[in-house]
Amino acid sequence: MATQSQTVRPVAVRSSSRRRKYQIWRAAFLLVAPFTLLYLVLFIFPTLRVIQLSFTDAPLIGAGKWVGTANYERLFKDFLFWKALKNTAYFVLLTVIPNTAFGLIFALMVVRLKRFQGFVLAAFFLPNMLTVSVVTRIWQWLTSSQFGIFNIMFGTNYAVFNDPNWAMPMIAFITIWWTVGFNMLLFIAGIQTISKEYYEAAALDGANGNQIFWRITWPLLWPTTALVLTLQLIAQLKIFDQVWLLTRGGPFNSTTVMLQFVYTQAFQNFKGGYASAIALVLFVIILIASIIQYRVLRTGGSR
Amino acid sequence: MTRPRRMNVPGLFGTLFTIFMVTVWLFPIYWAVATSLKVEENTLIKPPQWIPSPLTFEAFVRVFQESALLRWYFNSILTGLITTVLILLLCMLCAYAISQLTFPGKNILYWLLLAGFMIPGQALIVPVFELMSNLSAVNSYWGIILPQLIAPVTIIIYKQFFDAMPGELRDSAVIDGAGEFRILFNIFLPINLGITWALAIVTFIGVWNAFFWPFLITTSTDMMTIPVGITQVQDAFGVRYAREMALTIMAGLPVVIGYLIFQKRVTEGIMVTAGLKG
Repeated sequence: MATQSQTVRPVAVRSSSRRRKYQIWRAAFLLVAPFTLLYLVLFIFPTLRVIQLSFTDAPLIGAGKWVGTANYERLFKDFLFWKALKNTAYFVLLTVIPNTAFGLIFALMVVRLKRFQGFVLAAFFLPNMLTVSVVTRIWQWLTSSQFGIFNIMFGTNYAVFNDPNWAMPMIAFITIWWTVGFNMLLFIAGIQTISKEYYEAAALDGANGNQIFWRITWPLLWPTTALVLTLQLIAQLKIFDQVWLLTRGGPFNSTTVMLQFVYTQAFQNFKGGYASAIALVLFVIILIASIIQYRVLRTGGSR
Repeated sequence: MTRPRRMNVPGLFGTLFTIFMVTVWLFPIYWAVATSLKVEENTLIKPPQWIPSPLTFEAFVRVFQESALLRWYFNSILTGLITTVLILLLCMLCAYAISQLTFPGKNILYWLLLAGFMIPGQALIVPVFELMSNLSAVNSYWGIILPQLIAPVTIIIYKQFFDAMPGELRDSAVIDGAGEFRILFNIFLPINLGITWALAIVTFIGVWNAFFWPFLITTSTDMMTIPVGITQVQDAFGVRYAREMALTIMAGLPVVIGYLIFQKRVTEGIMVTAGLKG
């Protein structure tokens, strides 16, 4: 339509509208340039670069030789890679569903309160406002084998982070303690969007609490649940901080995870090429999780 | 009727369970605070001292004297403020153009930003570190700030808010001869001030609490932000638990206070960023 009206216009108007168009282009380029420049340099370029690096024997900084798929061949034979992959999957298993379930339970607990609602909400959300190193230091003190309060109370000397069987579950528990408040907030927002009329009608029909939850709250809350589950999945695949601060991947590599494997290869063994190959595998896993998220939320939203 | 009485049983159970979970969730924080207010010897005694007596702030005084806490505060505040202001400013400019103007390459840019949601920044640490090293930005404020500026989420949020503005708003300003920058800062920004504050607070908290990247890029104690700095002093104190917890609390306190003051804005900011990632 725009082109049609332009052809009818006299020459002078056309040239001034063209000038106006270039004026807008100039303004637009000025507006998008700062971010776009940073985005290209600090994000798009590194994304391409990490792919290239994964086919070289580059150290952490500087150029390396092209080695073809050697890094990947080595990777699939590296028992630590499989260990890290398995541990990451284990951590995801221990956190994603429990963290979502507790988020929902806490949200239900908070919304039914008539008094102290603000206090209870703040109590559950507060840990989420702490930085990871504050969280791990508090829990290191609580679980200290010599003077930790739990060991004193039970009269034991148990060092949970030295136990290959329980170190990872403990890290998962601390992660839930730390982050569940975030999920709770999303669930509370989801519950508040459910119309009161459903509950009133259900109460009139004499439905009990169980029926009300499974027939009304749960199905209507599904889009929120799907959002929380997929956000959790992507976030927990990137686990590094808590593991590094609590166990450094030990004992006996029982808590070594993918991102930590990238970190140690790059920043401690200075194998930038090899680390890039590991990073790329993690990248692809998270990409798949993101695509799942996109699809689940698409269908979830249209229900 | 027996009905209200009957309904009280699950209600009572729920209340007890709530009290129990709140206790479990708050106990670690209480214990950290209690430990920090004790004299050192009393942190180690059995049976444990549930309430500090004598109550003392000595551990806090010692922490300020013996660690680089003030320096880390300064680093965190400086990098946090610069990062937050830059993210909001750059994203607002970019979002305004994408939302209101027609220009070549707009669709490519928009899809590139959406693609960015799927790429985990953590997978890029090797090339980004290499880049920072080539810019001599390792152990510098810019080294901490620059990689954290990539927040396409903020652009998409602003774009949605700008898209919701009535079209006549910009049209009439254009007829009055206003330039795009003036329209953005004099009309669009004031109307969207609420979301701007929410985003600013959530962004600042996120940057203040960020661990992974500052941990990679800073090796000298002087350049560390709070979350990285406090991991360095464990050995310096030996087994001084009151001091360790005092330091930990000083690291967590600013954000906790900020949250309690801006609770509504924090919640708003979290909703809008999380809802959008989906």
